[in-house]
Amino acid sequence: MNFETTIGLEVHVELKTKSKMFSPSPVAYGAESNINTNVIDFGFPGTLPTVNKEGYRLGVMVALALNAKIENHTHFDRKNYFYPDNPKAYQLTQSEKPLGHDGYIEIEVDGKKKKIGIAELHVEEDAGKNTHGNNGYSYVDLNRQGTPLIEIVSKADMHSPEEAYQYLEKLRQIVQFTGASDVKMEEGSMRVDTNISITPAGSDTYGTKVELKNLNSFNYVKLGLAYEEKRQAAVLKNGGKIEQETRRFDEKTGETALMRVKSGADDYRYFPEPDLPDFEIKPEWIEEIKSQLPEPADERRARYINELGIPEYDAGVLTDTKEMSDFFDEAVRFGANPKLISNWLMGEVNAFLNEKKVGLLDTKLTPEHLSTMIKLISDGTISSKIAKKVFQETISNGTEPEGWVKEKGLVQESDPAVLKPMIMDILDNNQQSIDDFKNGKDRAVGFLVGQIMKQTHGQANPKVVNKILMAELNSR
Amino acid sequence: MISKDEILHVAELANLKLKNDEVDDFVSQLGRIVDMESNLASVNTDGVEPTYNMGDTNTTFREDKGIRTQTREQMFENVPESEDNLIKVPTIVDKEDDE
Amino acid sequence: MNYLNESIDSLHKKLAAKEITSKELTDQTLNDMKDKEKDISAFITVNDNAVKDAEKVDQAGINGPLSGIPIAIKDNIVSNGIKTTAASKILYNFMPVYSATVLEKLEAAGAINIGKTNMDEFAMGSSTETSFFGDTHNPWDFEKVPGGSSGGSAAAVASGEVVAALGTDTGGSIRQPAAFNGIFGIKPTYGRVSRWGVIAFASSLDQVGVMSKRVEDSATVLSIIAGHDEHDSTSSEKEVPDYRANLNKDMTGVRIAVPKEFWHEGTNPEIIKQINAAIDTYKEMGATVDEVSLPALKHAVEVYYVLASSEASSNLQRYDGVRYGFRAKDVKNIKDLFVNSRSEGFGDEIKRRIMLGTFALSAGAYDAYFKKAAQVRTLFIEEMGKVLEDHDLIMGPSTTSTAFKIGDKIDDPLAMYMNDILTIPANLAGLPAASVPTGLADGMPVGLQIIAKPFNEQAIFNAAYALQEQNKFYEQIPTALKGED
Repeated sequence: MNFETTIGLEVHVELKTKSKMFSPSPVAYGAESNINTNVIDFGFPGTLPTVNKEGYRLGVMVALALNAKIENHTHFDRKNYFYPDNPKAYQLTQSEKPLGHDGYIEIEVDGKKKKIGIAELHVEEDAGKNTHGNNGYSYVDLNRQGTPLIEIVSKADMHSPEEAYQYLEKLRQIVQFTGASDVKMEEGSMRVDTNISITPAGSDTYGTKVELKNLNSFNYVKLGLAYEEKRQAAVLKNGGKIEQETRRFDEKTGETALMRVKSGADDYRYFPEPDLPDFEIKPEWIEEIKSQLPEPADERRARYINELGIPEYDAGVLTDTKEMSDFFDEAVRFGANPKLISNWLMGEVNAFLNEKKVGLLDTKLTPEHLSTMIKLISDGTISSKIAKKVFQETISNGTEPEGWVKEKGLVQESDPAVLKPMIMDILDNNQQSIDDFKNGKDRAVGFLVGQIMKQTHGQANPKVVNKILMAELNSR
Repeated sequence: MISKDEILHVAELANLKLKNDEVDDFVSQLGRIVDMESNLASVNTDGVEPTYNMGDTNTTFREDKGIRTQTREQMFENVPESEDNLIKVPTIVDKEDDE
Repeated sequence: MNYLNESIDSLHKKLAAKEITSKELTDQTLNDMKDKEKDISAFITVNDNAVKDAEKVDQAGINGPLSGIPIAIKDNIVSNGIKTTAASKILYNFMPVYSATVLEKLEAAGAINIGKTNMDEFAMGSSTETSFFGDTHNPWDFEKVPGGSSGGSAAAVASGEVVAALGTDTGGSIRQPAAFNGIFGIKPTYGRVSRWGVIAFASSLDQVGVMSKRVEDSATVLSIIAGHDEHDSTSSEKEVPDYRANLNKDMTGVRIAVPKEFWHEGTNPEIIKQINAAIDTYKEMGATVDEVSLPALKHAVEVYYVLASSEASSNLQRYDGVRYGFRAKDVKNIKDLFVNSRSEGFGDEIKRRIMLGTFALSAGAYDAYFKKAAQVRTLFIEEMGKVLEDHDLIMGPSTTSTAFKIGDKIDDPLAMYMNDILTIPANLAGLPAASVPTGLADGMPVGLQIIAKPFNEQAIFNAAYALQEQNKFYEQIPTALKGED
């Protein structure tokens, strides 16, 4: 028996604001427990919500970047449920009239392009965090309570774990390039819930949906879904029935395990939030936000390939994150050769980041300094060898390259009038090498260049040295 | 009319525990109220927009400025039990949504 | 200080002329309260710092009309550093760390928060009998209820413990106790006064208002507490008039509508007589009176109980024993904590409304109950609006009966709910409405209800003032208090 798989994804993304969605408390990742809380976040009696304009603006931005239509007349709804990290026992969200709907993402799997639909997107408030002691108690931190989220609900358009993986990669990239979120799975600023069902090939009904949780990386999503595909197929082949349930992915075993069976008792009693008025999202505002949308990754990639002559693979790496792409664009603006900038970013810069396990923006390297350094190489002021020294200094200490090169006397020696007497002198003292060269031993040249470099502390321009040396050798 | 099962389901949603005689009271009292409410069905509301909120305001946004309006100490003045600046509660059995 | 013969004006004159300091006034108020509270029990908490607060006002100097004058605050209005309970066990120990906007405005005007008044638990009730802290007694007859839910505020004013008090009104909780106690009480237009810091019962219906013996005193206080508040997105940005300065008792040409449905068959005939007489008085003063019909009114109670209970069921979910208030003992897990804290912490009436509201919002009931009620509300708003297109005011009785005996109706929720039938319409339509005393029926006070167009509180103050100047009801001393002397 063959099966067809249907996958839907619900992705929560934290929006990058200074304050919470419905309260003015600051938003900060990794802050001291309960430090960023106020009477609203604690759900004190008598408190009321107010709506963060920037939170909504970023939500609209994400929706636009995902090709969604924006709802002009909306309101907020209460989703009612009790949980210690949900202080009002209702979450403010948009259920009846979500912020956006009917968007899509284009993905590529096995060289084929495919559109994955987005059913709807809505803004809502995040919950706090619970931790569990083994002493019979749990502990609540409400710092995260109220952090703005946008929930992106895909249509059930994906039919393999690989498609789900590609969808997430693309979604992460698109959202990241809007600047609306850090979209970091490891910090929880992007969270993924999936549901998957399988049905015998050719069947015209959907299978029973199983929800998967605890998917802390895109890879785990792929692994969890692949495991589920197999597990469900095995159940059906053995004449069993798929239960509507929630399962948890175990990172250690790569398997999924039952968390709970959906009892149908869930009843969130959604209703419009009476503490807030209706909201009108005017077309002019939507247009304004559209005009503020940063250039998306796909367009940047095409521009790098077509206008800057960057190889396709390299252009892909450069547009993997917005910070890298922004850095590249900025460095190009400072005048260095784009291809060389690209090479440096993908080579030395990436190596440095990997070694130190830091992000590009965590280093002291600026696009201007990188560009300056590359220009110094291009115009022959410094050698590639010296450049490595300059690079370490600049990225570690933020030192301006041109001044430092001069100060340290690292400028390359290219003047034949200086180099020629030095070369003559070395030749005069190495008759053996000249003989070797005449007898066809090319190694002799390397030895002689090495001697010259030694004498000039590596600052001699290798091209110029080579030229003089060869002419002199051939004339002796 | 409202059945005993419905009463128990609603009590579960509302996190209320009813004693046996209370359940019976609720069946009869809420039953009468729900019967009264059922009169609403006789009103023709075809095409009528519901009114969910009042007031003369619309689209009231707040500017995005992070402000601390209370100190953590103030926030903990009323907390029944705490430890290390965390609110302490009896164990959460159903830990599904925690991350 | 006994406020029976005082007004904000008379007190302000004494304070401004330094015949008395705010500290002395506050001291005397507390002494008088000690005496009267034995019979009335209007307060849950007396402000221990009131005298200190008064000293500060004395030092800063008496300026505005409320400066240095003690005011009572209903206990569902949160007060920083003063216990606020909403008359519920579940908040029996709750100490707010912020104050309601109305209280901040009063304090900025120099008023002294003298204490927090008793009420029905979470403002759900019409008799103040659902309070966790015991009954409040009507100063006209100690065996009778003061009405509710703002029963403590009403009794405190009627007995002369204070000159004015803040109340809240979700379905009549200011107007009904005002009528039962023979005082004036106004519920402003929805959105006129900030709800920030007001413990929510039903968010789309709740509104803070004022109660006082004299109309002009409520006018003074309302101008101070009204206005837009950035913390309350539903508060109006309309400018706040000086209601006191604009008072005008000329009723010439004022168009009054009397809906025949307000002349309810179950209404006490003595009340009908009083109300008819009051309306005749307006005619004599030059107003025109038209009988009108509000057919949707017969569903008002149904709409109200669905919407108010639904919103309440959600608003009251936050009382879960986790972050503040009552926490049940000896629980093994979080579910028990929620269930036991709530089951032990809430009174019967609260549970009844939570159950009703939870049911009305639940899957399968939502469309037939919650949404349907919200639609009928729309029809109702339109109907009231149409009447007010051609009329300045709608008038009728505030209540169907005078104050009833303590214990008489508490076991019959449906009968208790029907008490609100005359006051609910103004809440459903968000309209300003007040109750003004007309006289006595069987020895107990009767109130005339006056409803106006949105944000036209002035028209209500004017009409109520005109009647007050005719009947001078504020001169009457409540019967039971007389018996005390």
